[in-house]
Amino acid sequence: MAEKTTHYYVPEQSPWPFITAISLFLVAFGAANFIQQNSGSGIAANDGTSGSYILALGIAGIVIMMFVWFRDTIKESLANMNSAQMDRSYRMGMMWFIFSEVMFFGAFFGALFYVRILAVPWLGGAGEEAMTHELLWPDFQAMWPLTLTPGGATTEAMPAWGLPFLNTVLLVTSSITLTIAHHALVAGQRNKLLISLFLTLVLGFAFLFFQVEEYVHAYTEMGLTLDAGIYGSTFFMLTGFHGMHVTIGATMLTIMFLRALKGNLTPDNHFAFEASAWYWHFVDVVWLFLFVCVYWL
Amino acid sequence: MGEHHGPMKGIKRWLFATNHKDIGAMYLWFSFIMFLTGGFMAMIIRAELMYPGLQLVDPNFFNQMTTTHGLIMVFGAVMPAFVGLANYMVPMMIGAPDMALPRLNNWSFWILPFAFSLLIIAIIQSFLGIADAPNFGWTFYAPLSTKYGPASTDFFIFSVHMMGISSIMGAVNVIVTIFNLRAPGMTLMKMPLFVWTWLITAFLLIAVMPVLAGAVTMMLTDRHFGTSFFDAAGGGDPVLFQHVFWFFGHPEVYIMILPAFGIVSAIIPTFARKPLFGYASMVYATASIAFLSFLVWAHHMFTVGLPLAGNLFYMYMTMLIAVPTGVKVFNWVATMWKGSMTFEVPMLFSIAFVVLFTIGGFSGLMLAITPVDQQYHDTYFVVAHFHYVLVSGAVFSIVAGVYYWLPKWTGRMYNVGLAKLHFWASLIFVNLLFFPMHFVGLAGMPRRYSDYSLQFADFNWWISIGGFGFGLSQLILLWILIDVCFRKKGESVSDQVWDGAEGLEWTLPSPAPYHSFTTPPVVK
Ligand code: HEM
Ligand SMILES: [Cu+2]
Repeated sequence: MAEKTTHYYVPEQSPWPFITAISLFLVAFGAANFIQQNSGSGIAANDGTSGSYILALGIAGIVIMMFVWFRDTIKESLANMNSAQMDRSYRMGMMWFIFSEVMFFGAFFGALFYVRILAVPWLGGAGEEAMTHELLWPDFQAMWPLTLTPGGATTEAMPAWGLPFLNTVLLVTSSITLTIAHHALVAGQRNKLLISLFLTLVLGFAFLFFQVEEYVHAYTEMGLTLDAGIYGSTFFMLTGFHGMHVTIGATMLTIMFLRALKGNLTPDNHFAFEASAWYWHFVDVVWLFLFVCVYWL
Repeated sequence: MGEHHGPMKGIKRWLFATNHKDIGAMYLWFSFIMFLTGGFMAMIIRAELMYPGLQLVDPNFFNQMTTTHGLIMVFGAVMPAFVGLANYMVPMMIGAPDMALPRLNNWSFWILPFAFSLLIIAIIQSFLGIADAPNFGWTFYAPLSTKYGPASTDFFIFSVHMMGISSIMGAVNVIVTIFNLRAPGMTLMKMPLFVWTWLITAFLLIAVMPVLAGAVTMMLTDRHFGTSFFDAAGGGDPVLFQHVFWFFGHPEVYIMILPAFGIVSAIIPTFARKPLFGYASMVYATASIAFLSFLVWAHHMFTVGLPLAGNLFYMYMTMLIAVPTGVKVFNWVATMWKGSMTFEVPMLFSIAFVVLFTIGGFSGLMLAITPVDQQYHDTYFVVAHFHYVLVSGAVFSIVAGVYYWLPKWTGRMYNVGLAKLHFWASLIFVNLLFFPMHFVGLAGMPRRYSDYSLQFADFNWWISIGGFGFGLSQLILLWILIDVCFRKKGESVSDQVWDGAEGLEWTLPSPAPYHSFTTPPVVK
């Protein structure tokens, strides 16, 4: 056990971060090999099979490391070793991490606005770019969603008011149920906490289910794919990374549900719950922007 | 206090390190190894360019050298050095026991060697002639890096992802430490400038590293999943890549200089024996530089055909950013004005920093003028500009910081005679190396080519001599560090080390105890 200094608490050394770094390396190295699929050279000159094994090993490593690393942290928290100061550090850390995620999505939203407002109109001859249009693709018509690219790829646009709208409703509702769960946790109402957290999870997984449904529909019936031009690129990049974040958030909330069942979230010690909730709200807000900018307008 | 709580034994102390000084030391050594590696590549570049015509390597390999030199120096040498200094010094300067999130700190560090091994695998393959390393320049513009990038580009992409994770986690740690672990009485406006500049740097890192991650992710999907972000045939735009990259890239150059400002703002008052002139204005200047750095990125893109209004906007904004930068330079000079100056090694490097960084700032101003830049862009003038700010700027400040705090870290004074030799050799050769680049650049010599036309020959010979001289001079530093860190040579120093030095770090013993402050000191 780490000693408690008079005023400051310093956690013990741990092997997990180092092993997590190795796992991350395996993920990167494996993915770089895997992705080449016979097109590589040098160390990457293979069909990607070995890469896929290394990748799988790395992912397994990360999952296990997250499990043991968080387990240690939870144990320390339950043993009341965390000072109020440590708790504040965790909170601030999580907030700044979420800010970095906001900026990550910012890059893709930036790309979306750039192509919608500038690149596609320019290809169509707007502004000072008339010659580009004349010389490269004189027949090209600027439009958004871009259903016919300069290169000739075609696709259909995803309508906003079907599944996407349903998903909006699901996600917004889940944010509300989560807030109810939070209040219940603070008030020490165990049943209300469990029920509303469970509802949140149901809504979250329903969202994911419909998202998959939508992708299948896009790929099989609408010709809306990753290689359908910039509309498909931005569509899948934004909704795909969002979906990935919903999955992460739902996993976090599932763990919170299990911890709540075990009764180790208390009204005054539940940083992990709050962090997961912030994350969930963040994912929710990103979706609202997505709904407006990708699907609707 | 309970029983002494020391580090684990042997290698575990380092692999599982959670101590800010251990991690800081690892960052600094890692950075120095990368500095020598990147320096070795620079030697190959200068050997090739010593004479006109192809001498040593083929052009494709030459491009791989410029690319990996840039990447290694920016992400492997300069950034980790500053993170190392932050790890070592920030807790000591604000009266904390350690960083706020020590295990995360370990993770941030250990990701780095693995990230770079991905890149280095590619480089070694290239040396062995098996496959190409990245060859598209450190700015990896599409489509050079998408459609035409070699297979190793994917290793590069994932390597950048890992560096990004490392930087973001490191920056989160710094911010949280500064906001949450300050000793009682250490109000924000009492923090040493190094802490202030790092706080703002950390903010910049968290804001722009994810954007870089976004850029390489779009590259990856363009390369392998058929997306067309940077492909006009699909409705995308290669220029979009440059926008995303420089939205990251310009704040990135400030990430590499703001902590440098902090270091010299600590050193100059010590050896001028006067408090820093205009402390508050320094803080505000740093903050405005950081803010403006988000609004100037397209000054790297004056030749891509942006609309006129865009070019003008970015020109004025870029010129505006020179104002807070100027405030800083004036403040350093005013601090020295009528001070009782002495010229210990850290001070020598700091004064050189002020002068040479300012030269880089002036060439930056020239480049900021759009019509002028359309002439200078992608010439050696740009290379001269950024090496003045990065080598005689950022690197000199790091070296100054190391010479300033090394006695505190080790408890021993390094070999001052050798350190002075290191200074003078670096000073002379860095100017011989980079100053003539202004001339060949203005005369039109393009960057990133393995050959040049004959009229540039003499200057390039001198530049190469400067390059070799500067490279060799750094071996003096290597020796000084080995001498004092591993051979344990040098006289013991007092806790104060330098008589004029102020700040909490000098109240700790030299070397500082394992947990810097176990009880918070009170700051009046
Ligand atoms: C007074 C402040 C500064 C101004 C006005 C300025 C302006 C510029 C401009 C206009 C360019 C683009 C030149 C071109 O490609 O045609 C440039 C390039 C560059 N600057 Fe600065 N700069 C300043 C300070 C700095 C600092 C402090 C750093 C880093 C520590 C820096 C690093 C760079 C780098 C690395 C490049 C070249 C990037 C590349 O194309 O590879 N600059 N600067
Ligand atoms: Cu810039």
